[in-house]
Amino acid sequence: MNDKGKETFPREVFSRPRSLVDVRTHYCPGCHHGIAHRILAETIDRFDLREKTVGVAPVGCAVLMYDYIDVDFAEAPHGRAPAVATGVKRAHPDRFVFTYQGDGDLAAIGTSEIIHAANRGENITVLFINNTTYGMTGGQMAPTTMLGQKTATSPYGREFRNDGYPIRVAELLATIEGTAYSARVATSTPAQIRKAKEAVRKAFDMQIREVGFSIVEFLSTCPTNWGMKPLDAQKRVLGEISGYFPLGVYKERIQADFV
Amino acid sequence: MTRAASGTSRELMKGNEAICVGAIAAGCRFYYGYPITPQNDIPEYMAAHLPPIGGMFLQAESEVATINFLLGTSAAGKRVMTSSSGPGISLMQEGLSYMAGHELPAVIVNISRSGPGLGGIAPSQGDYFQAVKGGGHGGYRMPVLAPHSVQEMYSLTMRAFDLSDKYRNPAMILGDAVIGQMKEPFVPTPYLPTVSAEKPWALTGCAGRERRIVKSLYLKDDEIEVHNWKLHRKYTTMQEEEVLCESYCMDGARVVIVSFGTAARISKTAIQVARGEGIPVGMLRPVTLFPFPSREVNEAAGVADAILVIEMNTGQMLEDVRMSTRHHDKIRFLGKPCAIPTPEEILQEIRRLAGEIGVQPVRMR
Repeated sequence: MNDKGKETFPREVFSRPRSLVDVRTHYCPGCHHGIAHRILAETIDRFDLREKTVGVAPVGCAVLMYDYIDVDFAEAPHGRAPAVATGVKRAHPDRFVFTYQGDGDLAAIGTSEIIHAANRGENITVLFINNTTYGMTGGQMAPTTMLGQKTATSPYGREFRNDGYPIRVAELLATIEGTAYSARVATSTPAQIRKAKEAVRKAFDMQIREVGFSIVEFLSTCPTNWGMKPLDAQKRVLGEISGYFPLGVYKERIQADFV
Repeated sequence: MTRAASGTSRELMKGNEAICVGAIAAGCRFYYGYPITPQNDIPEYMAAHLPPIGGMFLQAESEVATINFLLGTSAAGKRVMTSSSGPGISLMQEGLSYMAGHELPAVIVNISRSGPGLGGIAPSQGDYFQAVKGGGHGGYRMPVLAPHSVQEMYSLTMRAFDLSDKYRNPAMILGDAVIGQMKEPFVPTPYLPTVSAEKPWALTGCAGRERRIVKSLYLKDDEIEVHNWKLHRKYTTMQEEEVLCESYCMDGARVVIVSFGTAARISKTAIQVARGEGIPVGMLRPVTLFPFPSREVNEAAGVADAILVIEMNTGQMLEDVRMSTRHHDKIRFLGKPCAIPTPEEILQEIRRLAGEIGVQPVRMR
């Protein structure tokens, strides 16, 4: 061992979070699931929750997230993760329960389950990955697809007279009484990633303090299905997408209503 | 402790309520549901009786959510139940398929109603196919128990919990509005568990152990093939070990009725009258619709002159009876899709069949 080196680097400054499994991921280059996973794993570690957490995986690219996050996991039917999480949390109110869902899962087929979980003030935490498309199935139109965006099922571009408008989930859920915390973040710059971590930390804190339902929406990328290079995909998030989906905290309760 | 729970005396209750008493006796402390006629007594009973004993009642926004509440609570290692009727049970099929694939136990009660679509609320056995053939996607089965009395609404519910835990598979109680709504006395016998309460697969947080994953997605090589054969072996074992079938008045029976649930209950009345007339008629009553008592039906068909299948539908279990035996020429059917057959109608058919096979009724004084 080199003593000089030891002096130069006296402590570990960067390492894999304990809750992140050391394996190669199946995610595409430039996809932000990896960043969101790492933030999730870091936050689980930060609150020392690894051994008392149950995660609920969605249907979509992140269905395989149980290969990467080292906690107990249940796989939910498409869109039903908030209902499955409700069942877990009601059985084990002292465990930390989260779902991780994409935009097709949460904002299309699972709209009913997410709204009612929020409305019950279900004490769970939701990480919502909005990349404006269905990734796993090959880039079809999602409820969050931008107007004019060409996808596999909107080959001429999304047109509001036929397909309606992109749905703003963080704002929508902020209007619901049972929601304790709702925020939208992005992960396209180091500064945004720091803010995203802070939002996830607050969302976790809501559940730990039993304030109620918490959700963090991530503006994410899908370079593969967008037909873009990863760097261009970042620019799209920073420009067009965050123009329509503004970043920010839409709701933050100080304490639970019933306290 | 209520008298019902102590198992010392008779109770007078609706069938739907007896299901709740049986579930609570079997240790079920989690019930989720959504209103639909004719099963509303069940969620209403659970809403009143579970919270005082530390249980959880939660009304869901839909049956789709309901079955996924069950999935979560079952994955967390707790006994859990829901109840619904046809249209609601249809909405649960996705979740039922997932629970079968995930290998998760739970009890699902179908107090069935008549007709496809919204249909009607009249008693019916039209959900037989959906219940016993695997109503959701992918090819799965579940134990289906068909009570024909309030006593069985109680006891078969306890049995359903044990079966679902034993096989890590959903189990169904298939009743109808008659059995659900009628009141009669029953004895709340004590629950005697036949399975271990241990659930070494449950999601509880991975303290001091490797993490557990409850799932049904298998993408690598032949994993899904292996998983499906494993599930198939469970269904085969159920067929070998879990058949329940009542033999009623089968001594010397030349006409054998095969019916279940309410239809069987009414058939018993007709059989009593017919026996009084000297007609050698009996009944095989499948208590488990899956696994189906094929051996019993085949043996009876070999000996009897006629098999009369009676259902409150247009002929569903009829197909399982046909598959159980080669004696198709002996099989007759009496069915009503949306109404209860009267004892007189059944009796008339028994008499007609008796004449057909050359039995002369002996009129008793």
